[in-house]
Amino acid sequence: MKFSGAEIIIKLLERQGVKTIAGIPGGANLPMYDALSQSDAIKHVLTRHEQGAGFIAQGMARVTGKPAVFFATSGPGATNTLTAIADAKLDSIPIICITGQVPQSMIGTDAFQEVDTYGLTVPITKHNYLVRSVEELLEVIPNAFRIAISGRPGPVVVDVPKDVQMAMLEIDEWPEPGKRGAGSELISVEIERAATMINNAEKPIFYFGGGITQSGSAVDALAAAEKGSIPSTLTLMGLGVIPNDHPLNLGMLGMHAARYTNMALEECDLLIAVGVRFDDRATGKVPEFCPNAKIVHIDIDPSELDKIKTSTASVTGDVSDILKALLPMIEQNDRSQWLSRVDTLKQENPMLIPGADDPATPYGVILKVAELAGEDAIVATDVGQHQMRTAQAYPFKHPRQWLTSGGLGTMGFGLPAAIGAAFAAPDRTVICFTGDGSIMMNIQELATAMEHDVNVKIILTNNNALGLVRQQQDLFYGKRYFASDYTRRVDFTRIAQGFGITTYDFSRTDDPAAMLAKAIAAPGPALIHVPISADEPVYPMVPPGAANIEMIGGESND
Amino acid sequence: MTKQTVLELTVKNHPGVMSHVCGLFSRRAYNVEGIACMPVNGGGTSKIWLLLNVEKRLDQMVKQADKLEDVTGVERHDGGHEVFDKMAEFVR
Ligand SMILES: Cc1ncc(C[n+]2csc(CCOP(=O)(O)OP(=O)(O)O)c2C)c(N)n1
Ligand SMILES: [Mg+2]
Repeated sequence: MKFSGAEIIIKLLERQGVKTIAGIPGGANLPMYDALSQSDAIKHVLTRHEQGAGFIAQGMARVTGKPAVFFATSGPGATNTLTAIADAKLDSIPIICITGQVPQSMIGTDAFQEVDTYGLTVPITKHNYLVRSVEELLEVIPNAFRIAISGRPGPVVVDVPKDVQMAMLEIDEWPEPGKRGAGSELISVEIERAATMINNAEKPIFYFGGGITQSGSAVDALAAAEKGSIPSTLTLMGLGVIPNDHPLNLGMLGMHAARYTNMALEECDLLIAVGVRFDDRATGKVPEFCPNAKIVHIDIDPSELDKIKTSTASVTGDVSDILKALLPMIEQNDRSQWLSRVDTLKQENPMLIPGADDPATPYGVILKVAELAGEDAIVATDVGQHQMRTAQAYPFKHPRQWLTSGGLGTMGFGLPAAIGAAFAAPDRTVICFTGDGSIMMNIQELATAMEHDVNVKIILTNNNALGLVRQQQDLFYGKRYFASDYTRRVDFTRIAQGFGITTYDFSRTDDPAAMLAKAIAAPGPALIHVPISADEPVYPMVPPGAANIEMIGGESND
Repeated sequence: MTKQTVLELTVKNHPGVMSHVCGLFSRRAYNVEGIACMPVNGGGTSKIWLLLNVEKRLDQMVKQADKLEDVTGVERHDGGHEVFDKMAEFVR
């Protein structure tokens, strides 16, 4: 039978098991949209901005671990996707962006809506394609999926000129869907060496990151920690890997860690880094990070090993395979001295949550939401103080429960990522913690949320400020607040109502807990407006560029 | 004089490869001193030779180059490569 390039793309996406595609049509991708309109298997989500489509795809991919696809037209459609793609690159999220391009005969002529999508996306993708013939699609589409999920996951862009979408091709047999490639063999001496170092360590700490989530090895990580009685700290991306109430969980490390966490890292004699990349927000000043420790670094991406910090020993490969191989070699050990030392540090320098009991405070609302939403809820955030507070205080229990823009720190991530999460997990409650600055960056997706009636509860802590920026000016720029306070207020509840979203306003109730309970219990999207003061810093904080031990704030008074 | 080395990359031959390879270096402000590229037997693969100053980051660059989807092999020639000896004659 004969198929057009556009039909081939849709057919191949169906064969990959794609169920939902977000995007926006335009001249250069209309053939793909026409073909998509004929698909029963794939539902299209028309967003209001291509960045929104990209983050919806991210939300789906972060919740399921499977690649998610989104569409954009050439030119401005493609440039609008870039932030979401770069964000996926830094957090290793498997998304596939398929863009329309002007016909090949017009490439290079500054044609209407022509932009060099291929060139623009080279540095922000794991790999990218400019498809040159309809035949190539049969390789490129399965390859895009294979690349997105093999090894360390990441985003792939496929740019398809309009003539390729319209060209016809006779097809008798479809290619196999792209699958995760087999990883390289583990090197057993590397694992043995790591095991010996772990067994010989008196004061080891596990440093777990997003790689644990990616490889589905949270269970193995916990087993290893428990067998060796090894306290475990988590990166921002790794939250949920060890349940928050587990006695070995040290919480998040780095810039906004609890004081005791950074202090324990200061004392450890071995850092076992698994699925992490020594991001500067986690390590602080690198030469002073874990100054007394040898380092074992375990990661699937060889280029991460020795990139920031030279390790004493490293193991390359799938973290899940490595942890499974390592477990029987780790000696049972109660490490009572070390655990009691860590416990003393924790007693003396705990994580302080101001206003924990008052649901109308910046931290209190997070804890109340957690209590009401339950263990199964998915939590997305935007970027700012509200994000760091959620990372510090939310009681995460499972991997893939927590969606945040870690590496790129993109304001505007939260709402569309939450919508994507709701598409991927329609039976679960999705919470989006956002700020008055961030929500403005993709507020148009409220329309998408309304249209699809997704179960997303937006908790908007409104300090009428770019809070995290303001906090830096407070601490490091002599309180010269500039361009971080908004001079006038917008009415977010009226804006949300205009989008057809149910709203709840803490400034109009004496019982915010009851209001919150009602909002979370009601199905469908809702915006909960929580007015807060702009003078509520997130503590502790390590000054950018300083060593992690130089924390400001968060001391306990007793 | 700064110590130099040559990286020999085996790559899939298509128009985007050069931008992927060069982008790796330019993005990290790692100067490429010399570059040569030729298709192998006019077929699906090409060779790219890069003349580089040896810096601390070189190992990282090799690993990054190796990660590129279109790069199928990376060889390092610390003793130099005659491609560049021949090319040097043109700029004498
Ligand atoms: C797209 C983008 N622009 C700028 C920044 C820098 N930035 C980081 S946090 C922040 C303030 C965020 O304000 P808001 O969403 O209100 O959160 P708050 O800190 O007030 O809780 C800014 C501007 C960013 N991270 N992303
Ligand atoms: Mg704010």
